Amino acid sequence: MSDTKYLLSTCNLSIGYKSKSKVDVIASDINLNLESGKLISLIGENGIGKSTLLRTLSGLKKPLEGAVLLNSKNLKEYDQIDLAQNLSLVLTEKLPPSNLTVFELIALGRQPYTNWIGKLTETDLEQINQAITLTQIEYLAQKKYYEISDGEFQNVLVARALAQDTSIIILDEPSTHLDLFHKVALFKLLKKLASESKKCILFSTHDIDLAIQLSDEMIVMTSEKVVQDQPCNLISKGVFDRLFKDENIKFDSEKGRFMIR
Amino acid sequence: MVATRNTLFFSLLSLLLLLALVLNISLGQVAIPFKEVIKSLFGSTASKDTWEYIIINFRLPKAITAILVGIGLSISGLLMQTLFRNPLAGPYVLGLSSGSSLGVSFVILGAGILPGILSTFLISSYGIILASCLGSFSVLLLVLLISKYLRDTMTILIAGLMFSSFASAIVSVLSYFSSAEKLQKFTFWSMGSIGNLSWQNITLLAFAVVIGLLLSLFSLKALDALLLGENYAKSLGLDLKKSRRIIILATSILAGSITAFAGPIAFVGLAVPHLSKLLFQTSNHRILFCSTLFIGAIIMLFCDLVSQMPGFDFTLPINAITSIVGAPVVIWLLVRKNRLV
Repeated sequence: MSDTKYLLSTCNLSIGYKSKSKVDVIASDINLNLESGKLISLIGENGIGKSTLLRTLSGLKKPLEGAVLLNSKNLKEYDQIDLAQNLSLVLTEKLPPSNLTVFELIALGRQPYTNWIGKLTETDLEQINQAITLTQIEYLAQKKYYEISDGEFQNVLVARALAQDTSIIILDEPSTHLDLFHKVALFKLLKKLASESKKCILFSTHDIDLAIQLSDEMIVMTSEKVVQDQPCNLISKGVFDRLFKDENIKFDSEKGRFMIR
Repeated sequence: MVATRNTLFFSLLSLLLLLALVLNISLGQVAIPFKEVIKSLFGSTASKDTWEYIIINFRLPKAITAILVGIGLSISGLLMQTLFRNPLAGPYVLGLSSGSSLGVSFVILGAGILPGILSTFLISSYGIILASCLGSFSVLLLVLLISKYLRDTMTILIAGLMFSSFASAIVSVLSYFSSAEKLQKFTFWSMGSIGNLSWQNITLLAFAVVIGLLLSLFSLKALDALLLGENYAKSLGLDLKKSRRIIILATSILAGSITAFAGPIAFVGLAVPHLSKLLFQTSNHRILFCSTLFIGAIIMLFCDLVSQMPGFDFTLPINAITSIVGAPVVIWLLVRKNRLV
């Protein structure tokens, strides 16, 4: 490991899409520093490029310019197994149809550690069971993944990422289809995992009110720039006032939430 | 509990396979007493020379071919269903068999255009295998290329269908210009037959199938990861490009070599993986691989048995039987489950 305290950081990162004819820059000059033990939320309006940023940070997509550093080493220098042992994902995409049980789905998180045919060792089973216990989904383990509710499924995906035993977990809009109760439960779980297991957890969300209350730090994406800071500092700087370009939405800095005028 | 159930199923499948094999060898157009069948199989002389000859040189090779064909097509179907995230994928549906047909038709029907030595090589079994593998390989590549642009899995099937009609159109054009003798040869090939392979050809086929199976065996972990979709698979440390290449290679070797020897055989590749998923209720590819091997062999042995029509003196084309058995199975699966996996 390195002497720096940052697990994941970016250096003048530029993200976007490149095709033969043109380069479509979504955001540039992004400088982020993510520490272990912190729950960090990423917010911004629809289409601003949150998913693109997360995909670039997780190595699914190449940066246009600049670099993503994982443990001070450039992400592109990692081989895929190494990366998978350091960084796990929870994505928004639907799973292809299959007969997987919840247990089998979580067990797939052990792939970076298993042998050529994917045999689970004692250590693997321990990690899987630990992930199941931490997320409190023991009662689901033998069910098929398509038989459970959206809220339960989100927990299963978190458990899968936990089983992968990585220092960083990145989640793309994990709270989207959940009701308030399940949203709060999920965020609380993430908070607990971050502080107790010393993981760095980064998630994007549209539940800004909840994110302000629960995150240790926030990354705010607007069309002009990308800012990272603690929620209270962001409020006092007035960052949230400029988040939406609509006269009817106003941020109430006393209550820490958005109001409709 | 699941483990004991699986052991039970596998023992049952082994018994069924044994039964299918024995029935397949002992029944046929010529009635041979069961005791004589066993005798000839285990080296001692049967009471009649013709019986022994039929068993050793006709029925045994045919049974072995049936097993190889059933295993190979079913495994290639299993690989394709996971790779394309599509429950209806299979070597026949995606146009691989048509690709093979096209390759073989070029060789059989078009060989006359080429200079002597080349056409002699091409028309030999090596040439036909090569052409057939190349045909299925190129169709698979095309389907894969198109599937990158089509997110919807159903449209991939339509693309496969289009390849099939395109290939058969080319075959029609070739047939139009070829001699009656060549046309007959090709028509017989396209009806599918597992009956007249020499021991030498069987060795060749077995070799190709074993290579295909080995490649599949090394892809099982990747296939499990692909159950979560490509992005998750990548995040689990999977080298997606490499794994995909191996899977494609395995499928085209299996489908290509089998189609070369036995003709395009429908529905086995599609139906068998579903039967084994239905029976074992799992997506774990290690279990599915083994069960698909068993069920593929059993189904093909039974289909061949039916096509022999014991007691009658004619043989039906095997392709017709697999379709008659396979198509209703798929429809029944669709209706019953309403949710194919």
